[in-house]
Amino acid sequence: MIQVRNLKKTFGPKVAVGGVTFKVEKGEVLGFLGPNGAGKSTTMRMITGFILPTAGEAIIGGFNIVEHPIEAKRLMGYLPENAPSYADMTVAGFLGFAAELRGLSGSAKKKAVDRAVEMCFLENVLHQSVETLSKGYRHRTCFAQSIIHDPEVLILDEPTDGLDPNQKHEVRTLIRKMGQSKAIIFSTHILEEVEAVCSRAIIIDRGVIVANGTPAELKARSPQAGAITLRLSGGEPAGGTKAVRSKIENLSAVEQVTVISDSPLTLRVFARKNNASSELAAALSDLASKERWQLTELHAEEGRLDEVFRNITLPDTKSAGKENQ
Amino acid sequence: MKPILTITKRELTGYFASPVAFVFIVIFLMLSGFFTFMVGGFFERGQASLESFFAWHPWLYLFLVPAVGMRMWSEERRLGTLELLLTMPVTPWQAILGKFFAAWLVVALALGLTFPIWLTVNYLGNPDNGIILAGYLGSFLMGGAYLSITAMTSAMTRNQVVAFIVSVVLSLFLILAGYPPVTNLLTAWASPLLVDAIAAFSVMTHFESIQKGVIDSRDILYFLSVIVFSLFTTGVIVRTHRAG
Repeated sequence: MIQVRNLKKTFGPKVAVGGVTFKVEKGEVLGFLGPNGAGKSTTMRMITGFILPTAGEAIIGGFNIVEHPIEAKRLMGYLPENAPSYADMTVAGFLGFAAELRGLSGSAKKKAVDRAVEMCFLENVLHQSVETLSKGYRHRTCFAQSIIHDPEVLILDEPTDGLDPNQKHEVRTLIRKMGQSKAIIFSTHILEEVEAVCSRAIIIDRGVIVANGTPAELKARSPQAGAITLRLSGGEPAGGTKAVRSKIENLSAVEQVTVISDSPLTLRVFARKNNASSELAAALSDLASKERWQLTELHAEEGRLDEVFRNITLPDTKSAGKENQ
Repeated sequence: MKPILTITKRELTGYFASPVAFVFIVIFLMLSGFFTFMVGGFFERGQASLESFFAWHPWLYLFLVPAVGMRMWSEERRLGTLELLLTMPVTPWQAILGKFFAAWLVVALALGLTFPIWLTVNYLGNPDNGIILAGYLGSFLMGGAYLSITAMTSAMTRNQVVAFIVSVVLSLFLILAGYPPVTNLLTAWASPLLVDAIAAFSVMTHFESIQKGVIDSRDILYFLSVIVFSLFTTGVIVRTHRAG
């Protein structure tokens, strides 16, 4: 549905987006991650046709956004960053305007507005002017505008920014639901959102894609992924922490053991081989029953997205700073 | 065509939801009344004509029209709604025309509301209504020309004050190029041909000839070409912003 090929944007000497390529199919929700200024918004603005790319192309449902902008834009709904809307209009007026520009009129227009209002919980403020609304309502008004024509492609730039936790949850549920039948790209820097909503995530840093995969795949890149955490119950085991630790280290499958806390004794055990966490867990539980340790916890770490995010994006930003000096 | 209409409608609601349109109309009516009767000597002339009414329009529009048009694009850029508008399935031309027509309609409405003065001269005497109609047409076209210049300056900046000042200066140039005190000054050292050429760029020259009741295609063409040129430049500016 969305095909982005080698999309580039430079502002003078500054490279904002340096050649981005990816695809989003129907039924996919793509999370767009990256530090501030990484080029997320610029990429989205090029895909939606607001700014023209320096090189490369974006194709929406078969239409090139530069060559056939009207046809491509018809297929798309877009929520820009900061959710702008005409402050002097009422919510109903604004949504009606959006529907009309989308080519809806008469009863089709009324239906579309009613549907969007219901999905975004705007009934209470329908006849209020946008400038009197709170930020959350304003945001949802702009969100409603993007889904008014039930588009096949949805581009959302930080859709949950500035919402309270309940509203965030509602918007996420909405995105996940719509993601079953649409192609959705949304940017965020809230990492748990990616795990909650996305079927795939892209991490972009300084205009380049540095990671692309399902949230689970990305998490597996965390150094902690596959490690086993085990916790022993209350009483001091024979020989104390040291003895337990050395007994575990003697197991063949173990690479390294770190102590997280002494009381209750909690250890993190890293496997020698990758993806061997189930073997390691079995070996550990055998050892525990042999030594009569009382385990209260034994689980494999999934890895954490924020760790992956920091590992991928942080070293680069540091070296970028040096280059500039 | 439909998107132009939709945008015009939205812009009009914008003008009337804020005090802009009302303030413009009321001030325009008050000032045009004041200048016609107090300064222009409408009664003292003893003529059944609206000459003293129309004579002030180039000067009234100089400040009032940029005030109407200055928000046209700069407001959209400041609020970020431009991003919304240009990612809708509309071409930039439809947006430019839709916005321009809405503002022009506000000017036309203000002009239309001066009809009591037309009733007054018809009550007092027997004016040539053809000349008056030509005067209204000329005034309407001149308002459009100023407005298109304001559209252009408004697209250049997100600051409305800058847009206002620059368009006043540009419009002032279009007035002064054909303003008799200035042209007289020029004839002292420039060839008459050059002075005429400069004056041909002025709204004054063309507005005055229409106002005399002679609807010359050249005058109409002048106003229309100012509008087309300015709106075309607006399109180029909007495109330049999109190209970054």
